[in-house]
Amino acid sequence: MRINNIPYLLKEGIRGLFAHGFQSASAFAVTVFSLLVTGAFICLAFNINVMVDDLNKTNEVVVYVSDTLKDEEARSLGTQISNIPNVQDRKFVTREQALKEFIEKNGDKDAFAGVEASDLRHRYVVTLEDNSIIMETVRQLEAIKGVDKVSAAFELAKGFSTIKEIVIAASIFIAAVLMFVTLVIIFNTVRLATHERKEEIAIMRMVGATNGFIRCPFVVEGMTLGFTGAVVALGAEWVLYDAIVEKVQTMDTLEMLHFVPFREMLGMLAVIFAVAGLFVGIVGGWISIRKYLKV
Amino acid sequence: MIEFANVVMEYSGNTQALRGVSMQIDDGEFVFLVGPSGSGKSTIMKLISGELKPTSGYVHVNGYELDRIRRREKPYLRRTVGVIFQDFRLIENMTVYENVAFAMRVVGAKRREIKARVPYVLKLVGLEGKQHRHPNEISGGEQQRLAIARALVNNPSAIIADEPTGNLDPARSLEIMRLLQEINKLGTTVLVVTHQHELVQHFNNRVIVISNGRVVKDRMVGEA
Repeated sequence: MRINNIPYLLKEGIRGLFAHGFQSASAFAVTVFSLLVTGAFICLAFNINVMVDDLNKTNEVVVYVSDTLKDEEARSLGTQISNIPNVQDRKFVTREQALKEFIEKNGDKDAFAGVEASDLRHRYVVTLEDNSIIMETVRQLEAIKGVDKVSAAFELAKGFSTIKEIVIAASIFIAAVLMFVTLVIIFNTVRLATHERKEEIAIMRMVGATNGFIRCPFVVEGMTLGFTGAVVALGAEWVLYDAIVEKVQTMDTLEMLHFVPFREMLGMLAVIFAVAGLFVGIVGGWISIRKYLKV
Repeated sequence: MIEFANVVMEYSGNTQALRGVSMQIDDGEFVFLVGPSGSGKSTIMKLISGELKPTSGYVHVNGYELDRIRRREKPYLRRTVGVIFQDFRLIENMTVYENVAFAMRVVGAKRREIKARVPYVLKLVGLEGKQHRHPNEISGGEQQRLAIARALVNNPSAIIADEPTGNLDPARSLEIMRLLQEINKLGTTVLVVTHQHELVQHFNNRVIVISNGRVVKDRMVGEA
């Protein structure tokens, strides 16, 4: 294909879009919607992933002391905890201090009106030297007589990891279904264009146009639908994400959640959207014309 | 040159359209291919344009061996053969000029070449001055002239015309045939496929008669 043909082929591809505007608009809307939903799942998975990483980086564990121990006995556990090699520091927190901190952190005194310090346990907040051997250290802490339970962030991280895996699996499934639907819609849109222009295609073949030349405008049409859909979906995703994050962060119960700024995901999402949009557009355009190029 | 050697063409269902056709049309010849409906004329057309591959035998067209031609070579074969149909096959929403320019553009001609060549070809077929009209604004004879211009514009070495006068009255038919004769005089091989025996009698050219998938006569008009 000669370079001087490119402007003509691009023009023909764009002309096809407007020749059947309603169908093109539908294909465009489906592309935007599909990418928007796929993008929402990607954002969710990305945020959960960051949360899991943050939790895994936390090198503090909380050691709860058994209720059966008296205050002095509870305080004496500190020496045994310090003797564990990976322990860098330990801080004893009485049940009274724990209740006070809890109320201060949650800010609603009335909600904790019936809660007594005796409902809680004494505890140690233990800082570790090496977070990579956290599980082994937790086992050593649990082995100390008088320790009731050890709470480490990695347990929470494990829970988040499970959610992350579910979100990723759901994202892949939903993205695959939506991309397939988009592909079919784009295929049908371009197919309509090929049908409308079947006489032209027959003449092109008759006078010796190559298959590549005949196919090109239809691929350009599909590609344009896919790519513009991707650009609009990215913009819409940005606006929606920022609006949702802003809303969530004003809610008291969810304010501890920290969301990744959209800008941090922008590059990744732009690449995914562009590749997905171009892929469905090119493939849809390519296969729609196949029937007319067989001879 | 167009050469058929022992060509057999079978469609699915064992229908034999051609039963060992052999013929040779040299460069610069003007030949009528005559026969009734179902005799195999259209199959010969489709074999020449590369739409079909022979079941056996070989077909050579302008240096291409059509029994073994690759799909990607077919466009280049088709550039050497201009095709004209009974129903003209023009693009209604394009002007006369655009219909002809389109045939050049889709084979990758430059704008400058198109601007120079299209008016020349339109003049050759007698359509100068009508380049801004649409096909439905010109007569049937002019539409066929336009189809001839489109077939000619890429300078093919041969033109095959499938019942080119089938939709025209006798006077317009003769005009079209005379135009094809003029084009032939410029060096282009012309093969006219027709079932109109009476039209053939007006011209002193070679006639190949085909019947039931076989060549039954190959002679000059007037010869026994």
